[in-house]
Amino acid sequence: MTASQIIFYIISAFILGTGILSVTTRKIFRAAIWLLFSLIGVAALYFWMEVEFIAAVQIIVYVGGIVVLIIFSIFLTQQSGKKMPNPPMVRTITGLLAVLSGFTFTYLLIYQYGFSSTGKSFDYDVRKIGSQMLGTGERGYALPFEVVSILLLAAMVGCIVIALKAAPSGPSPKGKATDTQQPTNLKN
Amino acid sequence: MIPVSHILFVSTALFFIGMYGLFTRRNMITMLMSIELILNSVNINFVVFNKYLWPDKLDGIFFTIFIITIAAAEAAVAIAIIINLYRSHKSIDVEDATEMKY
Repeated sequence: MTASQIIFYIISAFILGTGILSVTTRKIFRAAIWLLFSLIGVAALYFWMEVEFIAAVQIIVYVGGIVVLIIFSIFLTQQSGKKMPNPPMVRTITGLLAVLSGFTFTYLLIYQYGFSSTGKSFDYDVRKIGSQMLGTGERGYALPFEVVSILLLAAMVGCIVIALKAAPSGPSPKGKATDTQQPTNLKN
Repeated sequence: MIPVSHILFVSTALFFIGMYGLFTRRNMITMLMSIELILNSVNINFVVFNKYLWPDKLDGIFFTIFIITIAAAEAAVAIAIIINLYRSHKSIDVEDATEMKY
């Protein structure tokens, strides 16, 4: 066993262990922290596969963005020290059965097909990614790039509209701005 | 040299760990975390297939980048909806959200 293989198995065990802890722990804040470790493990797997650009994007977007967003929403919506109730036994058992059978079937398919590596070296270059991402010719990804940018704009506008505090219905008799009424709304 | 099926084992296991969380949890934020695990397993698959099976192309890398982008947008919108739901229902349990309009 070479060092590369040992590192791979350590990273895999880390990803799967922290993933299992993240979906089974009963404290929601700890679940978020275990998720953070699992995502860092996935980034380490990308580093192991020598796709450094994807690993950097994974750390920036997932670890620095999504997990922080999740932690903020936990702080905004509930007491982080409170334990969540255990799921009912029936749900746990049926969930485990469904997941284990699904995993067995899927991995059996993968194992029987036996993907064999081509052995060629992966010529991976950030400059190539950039020129192909904005290319309009053959295998250019300019159109999906534009579509995703429109989607991000729509998501941003949608977040602002959804999370905006609803204005009190009807014209307020005093004619005051809604800002002065917000503290009383928060107390209710 | 690690066989490709061992890396696919990791991504498959991560996918079904996320499915287990989605089945057993009833809290919306933890369900969102499970969805993030599932999306990550898909990303691992794309990168592995690109690197080991089609090393002369870059399509898997692009799909991974787009999935990460869409996951970020999805998480932001989902958390906005969860916070809005918490304001009206004082709970983010999916069992308590039985009506679409409050």
